[in-house]
Formats: sequence, C-alpha cells, structure tokens
Amino acid sequence: MPNSLTIHRLIERLNSGDVTSRQATEACLNRIQSIDRELNAFIGFDSEEALTQADVADKTRANGGEGALLGVPIAIKDAIAVKDHPLNCASKILGDFVSPYDATVIRKLRNAGAIVFGRVNMDEFAMGSSTENSSHGPSRNPWNIKHIPGGSSGGSAVAVAADECVASLGSDTGGSIRQPAALCGCVGLKPTYGRVSRYGLVAFASSLDQIGPLTKDVRDSATMLQVIAGVDDRDSTSVSEAVPDYSSNLTGDVKGLRIGLPREYQVDGLDSEVKDSVNSAVECLAERGAEIIEISLPHTEYAIATYYIIATAEASANLARFEGVRYGARVNGSDPQEMNSKTRGIGFGEEVKRRIILGTYVLSSGYYDAYYLRAQKVRTLIREDYLKAFEEVDLIASPTTPTPAFKIGEKVDDPLQMYLSDIFTISCNLAGLCGISIPCGFSKHGLPIGLQLQGRPFGEPDLLRCAHTYEQATDWRNKKPKLD
Amino acid sequence: MNVDLSRVVRLARIELTSEEEHRISPQLAAVLRYVEKLKELNVEGVEPTAHAVPLENVLREDELRVSLTQEEALSNAPKTVNGLFVVPKIVE
Repeated sequence: MPNSLTIHRLIERLNSGDVTSRQATEACLNRIQSIDRELNAFIGFDSEEALTQADVADKTRANGGEGALLGVPIAIKDAIAVKDHPLNCASKILGDFVSPYDATVIRKLRNAGAIVFGRVNMDEFAMGSSTENSSHGPSRNPWNIKHIPGGSSGGSAVAVAADECVASLGSDTGGSIRQPAALCGCVGLKPTYGRVSRYGLVAFASSLDQIGPLTKDVRDSATMLQVIAGVDDRDSTSVSEAVPDYSSNLTGDVKGLRIGLPREYQVDGLDSEVKDSVNSAVECLAERGAEIIEISLPHTEYAIATYYIIATAEASANLARFEGVRYGARVNGSDPQEMNSKTRGIGFGEEVKRRIILGTYVLSSGYYDAYYLRAQKVRTLIREDYLKAFEEVDLIASPTTPTPAFKIGEKVDDPLQMYLSDIFTISCNLAGLCGISIPCGFSKHGLPIGLQLQGRPFGEPDLLRCAHTYEQATDWRNKKPKLD
Repeated sequence: MNVDLSRVVRLARIELTSEEEHRISPQLAAVLRYVEKLKELNVEGVEPTAHAVPLENVLREDELRVSLTQEEALSNAPKTVNGLFVVPKIVE
C-alpha cells in the first residue's frame, strides 16, 4: 500500500504512474480510519481538503511539474500553524483557535508539493515525554498499545511508524522528536538550532525549540530537511549558513569518521538490552571503517537540572500570552487578573501548570541568581564539553533513551522520574547541536530501541551520512508493527 | 525545601484548586531538591549562555509589509467590540 512507502519510493511510483497522489492520500486516510481509534495519533484531519490537494498534485505532475514532495501526504504536530486549520497544542486553553497564517515550514512543504494533512497528537505545549499530557488523551505505541509512544511529538512518531502518513513534522526542545522516534521505531531528526525557521511554531522554550522531520528512513529525513531548512526573515534566530545538498552526501561511506562514546553516558538505570543494541550498532559502524574513541562530557549529570530550570523559565514567559484576551478560551472573572487566573487554571493541564509555576519561581525575585542565572552558566559548561569533544570526534553515539517505551500510566504521578528519562537527549538542545535517532534493535518484548547520533552545529551532512550507512547495513527499518 | 506556592501562583496568574495545590507542592519541592545539585559546581567567572548560537541584532529596512488585517488579528479573540479586545472592568 502506498501509505507504507518511504518518500523516495512513493515519488518513484508517482513519477512512473503506478500510483496517484489521490490513491496515496486515500490509503493514509483509510489506514487512519481502521487503526487510529486504537492509536489516537490524530487530533483532527480534513479528508476532503487533503484529497483536493492530492488532485492538484496529480494534475501538476501530469503537466510536467516537479517537487521534492510532490503528492506526498505529511502529518503535522498540533504545535505548528496551518492556515485556516485549528491549532491547539493539545491544550484546552486554545479553545477554537484557527491559524490565520501558515508557519514557514508549512509554506516550504507546500512549495515542494506536499499534501499537508492532519494534526497529530502531542504532550500539551510539548511538555512531556509520553504524550500522556494531552487534552486529547494519550497516543499509544503501535508496537504494544499498553505502552507510551514517547513524546512530546508522540502522534508524529506513531503516525509514521503505523503508516498513517508517509512522513511528519515534530518539534524538539529536549528530545521531543528523537525520543518518540526511538520508542516507535522510526527516524527522528533534530536539526541544529537556527537551521529551520520557528516562525509559526508555538513557542515552548525559544532558545531550545527546533522543528524537524520524523520519517521511515534516513534518506527521507535528508529530503525533508532539505525542504524545510534555511534562513527566514520572520525568525531572527534562524541562521544564514548555506544549506548543503543532504541527499547527495549519503554515500554509505564512514571510513575515517570519528565517533565518540561518552564515558558519562553509562548511567544507572540504563537498560541492558538498550546498551547491547547500541554497542552492536557502534561495532557495525567500526567494521565499516569508523574510528571509535572514548570521550568525556564531564557535566552530563547536570544537564537535566539545567534543562528543567531554563526550559521552564522560558516557558513561563512564552505561555504568559495565554490569558484569555487575545485568543483562545476565556473563563470570566470580576477583574482582569481574576479572569486571567481562572482561564489559566482551567485551560492548562497539570504538567503545564507545574512547569509554568516552576519557571515563574526560578525567575522570581530572590531566586533568579540562585537558579536561573546559575543554570545559564552551567549551560555554558555543558556546551563547552561538547565543543571540546568535537575537536576530537565528528559524531557522538549513544542510546536515545535509557529504556524502551514504558507502560502508559507508569510515571504520571512522578514528574521527576519522567524528566530523568530525557538524560541522553537534553544536552543536544542546550548546546545547540544536531541529533538523530534511528532504529537499532528491539527488546525481547518487541519494543523498538533507538541509536542516537549527535553532531556539531550544522554537522547534519556527517550525521545523516553515518545514520544512513548504519541503516543500510541493517534491516530494522523493514520491520513493521502488527496492527490488525 | 518549602515553596511559597501562593506567591508563585499569584505571579504566574494560575488559579489552582486545593487538591492541585496538595499534589503539586511536594512535586515541586522534589524537583527543586533535585536541581540543587547545580550548587555543587563552581561557576565563578563562567559567562551565562542565553542562546546556543551567538546572536546579533537582525535588522531590516523599515518598510511596510503585508501582515494580518485587523479583522484577522481579532478573529480568535474571545470577546471584541468595535475592533477592540474586551476585558473585565479595570477602573471603577
């Protein structure tokens, strides 16, 4: 079925006339119809509008038109603005908000001919690691529906892994693309901070957020990045660094590539099956000529504490805009302050409230220096660790997550335990690196395991080349979850 | 570690139910105890990082560009009158 194809296979078949974009889009819609009641990846979609876009793509192709994603159905995390469609960030507080404009990444997807369809589930305002913090209810892992799919871009990962779409967009603030990709067995790329415009992405922590693709293989990841990357005058933090040709760099050759293994990543609580799978993956790369070097990132144990101060502080400022005046839901009060407080008390879910309160606390008078300023200084130390390591190595390999997907409900009452599961992914955002998660095995219970590679800022070409070489040497990508 | 929750929720403008307060208070205390570990580090002389990428002012010509119309900008507001946002009375 065309919904299970990669972007590059689908494009081949669309070009040869074997299949139309309408058929591919219908196949995705049928797949959603048959399995999404169980998986809950989609918050909403407009079948008719999707098919209209598909017909336009088919006509364009028939008239000789081209596009890197011409006719390819792509699902979008519910944190990215799509003109004339609802945008909720899986929160009640946005009420019946409808986006008045397209995010830059959406405009770029459309220019490349993509069928932009369907809003996928997430942790509310991207705060969470399991997609359980959604006003739309949790998404479920397609490999075992009793388990979480990861988060916050859980819906994006489930939709790709379960073939409900061909590829999707997510966003990553501390692992929110890579972690669900690892737990659902697909490829998730967090580009370097500034590589992709954030215009139209609802801000969580502005110095850490980055949009990226979730795909069925590494080549598709390169294709998607090619389309969405680049400087944007609507995002002053996007960077004008030239965008290289990512796909032509997928040579399958890693000879001489230096891969670092951080000593400090041998943490307590690292699952033995995860450890073994990642070690085998690293051996596989060594057999193909990569040089493996032990490195040290001495401030690793401080990353989570640093992150949860900086990210919550930024979130408390960014989410101040949801006050019941300019958009979204409102709960009435006798004065503006009461109206704001009631609106926010009822509109936000518990994890979002927890984080806003924590962020407000660490920024408040008397605590700013002790928490926020200190965390920003430790962020410097963490970043310096990485920049130093990248003088010796080209990439850093590790597990994406310390364990395979945990059970739904297992960690909801203990936020700190939930935060600790982000240990391997968080530093990448703090240091402004790029990172990717690719499948590297399964636990004995059949749950996917992810290999994470991290690269220096704007090091996506090496990152993708190495990920692609490993992927092509194994056949993990051909395994599919059994769903009806 | 005790957090004066009432002060913080007032600053954050979030009304909590007493049940939520009971649940969130110890959770926050646990997280704050955990982040105390940053105090183990000597950060004297270390510059803070606000952004992973060095930032400069990004300027452009001060020229008119197409943007949302007033109607579009107000289209998602819970309450408007005559092209304005409406809020509860502030001054008696």
